[in-house]
Amino acid sequence: MNDKPLRIEDGSVSFGSVEVFRDLSLEISRGEFVAVVGPSGCGKTTLLNLFSGFLTPSSGLVVCSGRVRTVYQHDSLFPWQTAAQNIAMGLRDLSSEAERDRQLKEMLRLIKLEEFAAHYPHQLSGGMRQRVELARALAGATDILLLDEPFSSLDYLTRLRLRRELARMLEELPRTVVLVTHDIEEAAQLADRILVLSDRPARICRELRVAIPRPRELTHPQVVETVHAILAEFGLEQDKAVV
Amino acid sequence: MTEKPLPSRAGLLPLLVLFVAIAIWSALALLQVFPQSVFPSPLAVAKGLGEEIRTGRLPGDLVASLFRVTTGFMLAVFLGVPVGLWLGHHVRSRLALLPAINFFRSLSPLAWIPFAILWFGIGDLPAIFLIFMACFFPVVLATLAAVASIPSVYFRVARDYRFSGLELLTKVTLPAIAPQVITSLRVTAGLAWLVVVAAEMIAGRDGLGFAIWDARNGLRMDLLVAGMIVIGVIGMVIDRVLMRLTKIRSIRWGYER
Repeated sequence: MNDKPLRIEDGSVSFGSVEVFRDLSLEISRGEFVAVVGPSGCGKTTLLNLFSGFLTPSSGLVVCSGRVRTVYQHDSLFPWQTAAQNIAMGLRDLSSEAERDRQLKEMLRLIKLEEFAAHYPHQLSGGMRQRVELARALAGATDILLLDEPFSSLDYLTRLRLRRELARMLEELPRTVVLVTHDIEEAAQLADRILVLSDRPARICRELRVAIPRPRELTHPQVVETVHAILAEFGLEQDKAVV
Repeated sequence: MTEKPLPSRAGLLPLLVLFVAIAIWSALALLQVFPQSVFPSPLAVAKGLGEEIRTGRLPGDLVASLFRVTTGFMLAVFLGVPVGLWLGHHVRSRLALLPAINFFRSLSPLAWIPFAILWFGIGDLPAIFLIFMACFFPVVLATLAAVASIPSVYFRVARDYRFSGLELLTKVTLPAIAPQVITSLRVTAGLAWLVVVAAEMIAGRDGLGFAIWDARNGLRMDLLVAGMIVIGVIGMVIDRVLMRLTKIRSIRWGYER
């Protein structure tokens, strides 16, 4: 078993004359939850596209060993399928129908949408839809979960709730996670390691670790401390000496 | 602006309109605004309609027209949708063929009537050919536009969940375009029904179009109006039938977002 399932070595990406990354190196361990924050347009999503294989680097090496699923910002559920059918997509590889049924029920229970199994996405609220997306991506035997601003289209309270749910789901179904977000709190509340990216061409200008277990309170001193450190990195708060 | 919920009697409103229309029609006929020979009364039309049904001519014409419309329309759909799918996925072929498709789409199918008769004679074939020419190009265009507008994220999801080949087509592409394609089928079926009447007037020996042409030649304006009424009603029925498709649960999303 490879215990660094995601790895970039000296990866560079450019689109025409726009250089997104230059010689970026990064390793992510099995089961680690890494959040990537940075100014908009700095290439956060490009990073996910490299891992998902949607993009190949202009130079350098990208290693991604394991089955990858991505959760997008919004509206990536198939609208012609019910919530249950969408989640069942994640279980396609299971050969036993009984087992598929059992796991589907289990996923619906996990996101507390048993009663909405037969609803179509357009009949669900934004928060419910994102829960179905998470369930679809976590269903079945996968290893790596890529989250592309998964909660950014939700209102603040729903976002807080879904962070808790994601933490709870990952407890039951551990995955290696890369979360791309512009929500600094989200990164601090969820991730084991936070990478702060600079402007283009992006490099990792700061790495922060949060060692307390999930789910974490948003007001936990260490979460608050981390938020402050990130804001200071962006020049939005006065840097004080970190104890 | 939100509409107030309508009382259940509102469903009777179209019947009221029908009643008023017949009343005005009767009044005009009674007052002889036009000579009786060119302005038949509702009663004369009803009698004519009864006569046509009893002799079996009307049912025969109806079957002939419906057969032509169904065949021509189905041919256009079963060839047009695959061509649209292919063009929707291939930018080069689309660039190459789109002007030609727009050219033929803009050409009134009636312009083909002389060739239809010269190539296919009189009867079913020329009418089917004309209906096909009327429907094929709009179906191709609607399908390719629908394919080109599928959000790319669906294909990325499909890749994540390992859909490929035939499964990608039947589980992703076709369901994604279904609402738009069905809307275009409703429009196109209406077009087909317009064209069959015109085609039969010139290149037919039976069918509803021929019936009203024949009535005109025999100066039987009552039968002519009876034919017009049947044509209009059948057109409404065809649209109703196709509208049922939009109520299918896995398709309704396209109309409710």
